[in-house]
Amino acid sequence: MTVTAGSAAALALGDDALVLSHRLGEWAGKAPVLEEDVALANIALDLLGQARVLLSMAGDEDELAYLREERAFRNLQLVEQPNGDFAHTIARQLYFSTYQRLLYAELAAGDGEFAPLAAKAVKEVAYHQDHAEHWTLRLGDGTAESHERMRRACEALWRYTGEMFQPVEGVDVDWPALQGRWLASVSAVLRRATLDTPEVPRSGAWSAGAGRQGLHTEPFGRMLAEMQHLHRSHPGASW
Amino acid sequence: MVTRTTPFEEDTPLLDEETTALEEELRRLAGSVPDPELPVLTLQELGVLRAVHVRGAGSVEVELTPTYTGCPAIEAMSSDIERVLHEHGMAEVTVQTVLSPAWTTDDISEEGRRKLREFGIAPPRAQRTAGPVPVPLGPTRTTTQAPEEPEADPVRCPHCGSADTELLSRFSSTACKALRRCLSCREPFDHFKEL
Repeated sequence: MTVTAGSAAALALGDDALVLSHRLGEWAGKAPVLEEDVALANIALDLLGQARVLLSMAGDEDELAYLREERAFRNLQLVEQPNGDFAHTIARQLYFSTYQRLLYAELAAGDGEFAPLAAKAVKEVAYHQDHAEHWTLRLGDGTAESHERMRRACEALWRYTGEMFQPVEGVDVDWPALQGRWLASVSAVLRRATLDTPEVPRSGAWSAGAGRQGLHTEPFGRMLAEMQHLHRSHPGASW
Repeated sequence: MVTRTTPFEEDTPLLDEETTALEEELRRLAGSVPDPELPVLTLQELGVLRAVHVRGAGSVEVELTPTYTGCPAIEAMSSDIERVLHEHGMAEVTVQTVLSPAWTTDDISEEGRRKLREFGIAPPRAQRTAGPVPVPLGPTRTTTQAPEEPEADPVRCPHCGSADTELLSRFSSTACKALRRCLSCREPFDHFKEL
C-alpha cells in the first residue's frame, strides 16, 4: 500500500485514537465504580469518533481498523499497553491526553488538513485531561496503597513517552517545543500529586519507541486479535 | 452518510424565489426533527443543522454537524432527516456531516436551553471565549486548600434553581453531559457540559 505523507499522518493519529479507544472499552462493565465505567466508556467513544474521521482521511475506516496486520499499525506503543490496574490506566490517560491536547491545539491553530478535526477534538480532549489529572491527584495524594500504585504506574509507562515526540511526517508542529510543554505540564501534575517525575529513560530502550514504524509490544497482537476477530470471522456482516 | 471536514464552497447560483422558499421549507422540516437522545430538543434548537441546499428538482443536500466527534446519534439524525424530506417529496436527500466550524454549546438556542431545564437537565452556560475549556485542579483528599471562590456563573439545579450544586462525575449518560447533585434539594441531575 502506498501512502502519501498526509494519509500516513492520518494513520498515525487515527491509530492512536483507535487503539486507546479499544483499551478503554475493555473497562466497560468492570471499572472500579459505576461513574468510572461511564467516564472511561465516554472517553473511549470520543476517541473512536476521532479515529473514524482520521482513518477515513486515509482510506476505508473499517478495512483499516479490522483488516490490517499488527505491523501496519502506526500507533504509539503507549496506547497499546494493557490497562493494568486502575492507576496504570490513569497514568496512560495522563500522559496521552496531555500530549493529544497540546498536539491538537497546535493543529487547530494552523490551516492544515487536520485543523477542522483538531479544533473539535481538542475541546473533548480537555475533559479527558481534566479527568486524568484529577485521578492522578487523588491516587498520588491519597492512601499509602494508592500512592504506591500510582508511583509504580507512572514509572512503568514513562519509557513509552519519548516516542510521542518523534516527528510525524505530514504533521507540521514544533516537536521539541511540544515536548517541553508536555514535560512541564505532566511534571506539575505529578508534583501536586506528591509523586516524583520518573527518572527512567524516556527513549533509547529497544522496545520503546517504534510504534510509528510499525513495531509493537507483545500485548498488542492479542488486543488486535480480539478487536478484529468478529469482523474477520464474518466478513461483510451487518445488523 | 458522507463526512467532510470542510464546509461547502459557496457557489451561490442564482436562486429564484421558488427555490429559496423551498429551501426554507425544507430547512424548517429538517430542523423540526427531534434529537434522538434528547427528544425534547429539535435539531434546530440543538444548533446542529448547518445548511439546506436544493440541488435540482427533488434533490436536496443537508449539512449536519456533530456535537461530539464520536456522537453516535448523528447517524440516527441523518436517517430521520432523510425520512422526513423523502416524505415531503424529495426523491434524493444527501446528508453531509461537516466538522468545521466546530459545534459549541453556545449554538443551543435560548428555547433549547429552556426546554433542557424543563426536562431536568441543567443547560450549558454561555462561554466567554471559544476554544478549550479551562481545567481547574480541585483539592485532593489530603490537601487542605482555601475554600473555592463562589463561581460567577454557577450551574443551577434544574429542579429547585439552587446554585448550590456539586459535581459527581465529569461524564454521565452521554458524552455531552456531566452528573451533578443539588445540595439544597438533594436531587441528582445531568448538566449539559460546556463544549
